[in-house]
Amino acid sequence: MEQIFFYILAAVVLVATLMAITARHTVHAIIYLATSFFALAAIFYLLGAPLVAVFEVIIYAGAIMVLFLFVIMMLDTGKWETARAPSMAEWWPALLMGAITLAAMFTLFAIKTPEEITGWSYIDARQFSLVLFRKYGVAVEVISLQLLFALVGALYLGRRKKP
Amino acid sequence: MIVPLEHVLMLAGIIFIMGLSCAIAWRTNLIMVLIGIEIMLNAAMLAFVGGGAYWKLVDGQVFSLVIMALTSSEVSLALSMVVYLHRRKRTVNADEFSTMKG
Repeated sequence: MEQIFFYILAAVVLVATLMAITARHTVHAIIYLATSFFALAAIFYLLGAPLVAVFEVIIYAGAIMVLFLFVIMMLDTGKWETARAPSMAEWWPALLMGAITLAAMFTLFAIKTPEEITGWSYIDARQFSLVLFRKYGVAVEVISLQLLFALVGALYLGRRKKP
Repeated sequence: MIVPLEHVLMLAGIIFIMGLSCAIAWRTNLIMVLIGIEIMLNAAMLAFVGGGAYWKLVDGQVFSLVIMALTSSEVSLALSMVVYLHRRKRTVNADEFSTMKG
């Protein structure tokens, strides 16, 4: 049952991401990307990471996408008339490189037979937070410093010069 | 683990390639480049969580949380830089910003 859900959600993620990267308008891309992130959050839940799934919805689909939308609307670059999708000349290097990498990956996985499927494991918030704060306590401190630096940097870059 | 690890890694790889193509092809819009970076970091998170589910370790999820914190600070800095660049030249086309000052 979980397997079927996983493949359906994987298809949703792939289609939504494809629509997002080919959308002509940035706002449409953001909306498709939010769909993709919701499906990805469900995949995280299926892989036994409920806390990461919740954070994905709150931080990615909630905060970051809204930040993108805010900046797009503030800059007013999203005019339909001036929006221009990349031409074929801009797409083909990316497509060529992606095709080569994907072909290498599929050959690598085709050689190896897939392994056995075991049961559904689940890591709850208690286990997660025990490892996070006992084993990686320094990492949490570093993250807090990093967020502070990002805040100071964003304030510095966004300030208005006095006329 | 409900599906083989290979399938999770394959999904993460395809998403990563999509994000990379987006970041390379959309040179006319800096915001789409940032979206491509977001997609790539999400694929990395999916690979971490898949590995954590396969080996039954919590560390993969902890690292995906670290990636999430990194992404949020990166996005806030990069978007404020986009606002700054737009204020300077009134455009978000990456090819326009090809000269250095000083």
